Amino acid sequence: MLLGLVLPTSGSVQLLGEPMPRAARRVLPRVGALIEGPAHYGHLSGRANLALMDAAGPGGSRRTRTARIDTVLEQVGLAGVGRKPVRAYSLGMRQRLGLGAALLRRPELLVLDEPTNGLDPQGIHEIRDLLLDLHRGGTTVFLSSHLLAEVEQLCTRVGVLDRGRLVLQDQLATLTAPTGATVVETPDPQQVKAALDGRVLSLDATRAVVQGADPAEVNAALVAAGVPVTGLQLQRPSLEEVVLAAASTSADRVDAPGERSRR
Amino acid sequence: MIAVELRKLFRRPRTWVTIGLLNALPVLVAVLLAVTDLAPRPGEGPVFLSAVLTNGTLYPLAALGIVLPLFLPIAVALIAGDAVAGEAQAGTLRYLLARPAGRTRLLVAKLVSVFAFVFVTVLVVAAVGYVVGQLLFDVQPIGGTSLSGTTLTSQQIAGRTVLAIGYVAVSMLGVAAFALLFSTLTDSPLVAMLGALGILVASSLLFTLDAASSFAPYLPTRYWLAFVDFFREPIQWRDILRGLGLQAVYVAVLLGAAWANFTTKDVSS
Repeated sequence: MLLGLVLPTSGSVQLLGEPMPRAARRVLPRVGALIEGPAHYGHLSGRANLALMDAAGPGGSRRTRTARIDTVLEQVGLAGVGRKPVRAYSLGMRQRLGLGAALLRRPELLVLDEPTNGLDPQGIHEIRDLLLDLHRGGTTVFLSSHLLAEVEQLCTRVGVLDRGRLVLQDQLATLTAPTGATVVETPDPQQVKAALDGRVLSLDATRAVVQGADPAEVNAALVAAGVPVTGLQLQRPSLEEVVLAAASTSADRVDAPGERSRR
Repeated sequence: MIAVELRKLFRRPRTWVTIGLLNALPVLVAVLLAVTDLAPRPGEGPVFLSAVLTNGTLYPLAALGIVLPLFLPIAVALIAGDAVAGEAQAGTLRYLLARPAGRTRLLVAKLVSVFAFVFVTVLVVAAVGYVVGQLLFDVQPIGGTSLSGTTLTSQQIAGRTVLAIGYVAVSMLGVAAFALLFSTLTDSPLVAMLGALGILVASSLLFTLDAASSFAPYLPTRYWLAFVDFFREPIQWRDILRGLGLQAVYVAVLLGAAWANFTTKDVSS
C-alpha cells in the first residue's frame, strides 16, 4: 500500500509526507524497495536487469546510469559477476542484486522486506554493515523482518504488528530498557532467597531474579552472605519477550472461531 | 518506457524462437510443393497455394494463409498473454510499479510492444515467404492472374501484397487485445494465452454453425480471410472494411476493459 501496489479501500497513506498513490511519480523515485524477495528477468545479466529497471521509470538519469550501476554492484558485492544471466545466480546473489536495484537511485528511504533472506552468515554481516553505512549517510531504512536478532542489531525504532494492526511502536532502547531487577546465576538459588529475603522476585533451578538495579550492590550482599555467584546481569526484556507480550498470536495461525474467545 | 518494453521483447530468445517456428510450416509446405509438384486444386487447401507453382511471387500470401488460421494467433496470444501476467508471475511487476512505471504507461508500453511483435511477425512470415517463393518456384516477371481471372501487373501484385500484409496484421490485433485483457486478469501467462485461443476456437466453430448465423458477422474471426479480396478484380472492399471496423471495435473495447482492470487492481503477487 505504501508503494502503491495495493490500493486502500478507505483511509489515506502518506509516504515521505506526500499522499500515496496520488503522488507516486514524485515520491517513489526517492524510495528504494525490496518487496517479498527479489525478482529479475532470468535471461538477462544482472547489469542489464538494473539498466532496464532504471530506464522503466522517472528519476534515473540515463547519463549516470552505467556509473550508478557500477557503484551499487560494488556496494552489494557483485562487482565481478559479469555477463552471467540472473537465471544462473544463487539465491543470495539474487538477494544482493535486488538490494542493488533498490539502491540504484540513492533513495532517501529504503523499504526492505527480509533483506537477508537466503544469505549466508558472512553475507548477512556484509549487508548489515552496508545498511548501517547507508544509515550513517542519512538514508532511512524501513525494515520488516521475522528475525528478531536481525532487528535488534539494526534498528533504532521498532513497531510490532498483530494481525495487521500496529500494537506497539517505540525506541528499541526504551523497549529493552533494564527492568530494575538483577538476574543472579548461582548453583543454589535457595540460598539467595535466604540471604535477600523479600527482594527475590522469582526463582528457578539455576537463577534468581532479585530486585535492585545495581548488580554490584546485589553481588556484595550475596558474597557477604556466602552465596556462590556464577553470573550477574541486569534484567532486560529481550525483543522476543516484548513482541510476545505485545502480539497475542502468530499471524499465520488460524484458530477455529470458538477458540478465540478463550485467549 | 516503450523503448524498455521493446528491448525486453526483442532481446528475449523466446520471441525469436516463436517467430522462427512460425516460419517452419510455410517453408516445409513450399519444399514439399516444389519437390512433388503436386499443388492443391484451385479452391481447395489454403488460399493461394494452388497458384504458387505457376507464380512464386504469390508465396508470401500463401505463407500468411497457411499460418493465419492457427499458428499466427497462437504466437500472438503467447506474447500478448505473457505481457502482464508474465511480469506478475516473475514478480517483476511489483518492482516495475514501485519503480514507479505508472500503470497506464506500462500498459500502453506493453500494448505497443505487442503490436510491434504482431507487425514484425507478419512481415517476417511474408519476407520468408517471398524468399522461398523466389527460390523454389517459377517467378513470372510480368505480374500474374487475379482470383477473378484477369491479369495483374507485378506492381499491382506488390501493392496489393503490402495491403494484404497490413490487413492480416490488423486482424491479429484483436487476438492481441483479447490476450492482453486476460493477461491483466490472471497471474498465469498460460491461462491468458489459452483464454484468448479459446475465444478464437469458439469463434471459428460458431462461424460454421447455421444456428449462430444471427451473430456470425460479429465474431472476431469472421473477416480474417478477407485479405484474399485484395486479389480480386476489382478489389472487393466490403468485407475488408467490415473486418477493419470489427477489429477496431474489439480492440477498443477489450483494451478499455484491460485498462480499467489493470489501473484499479491490487498487485500482490
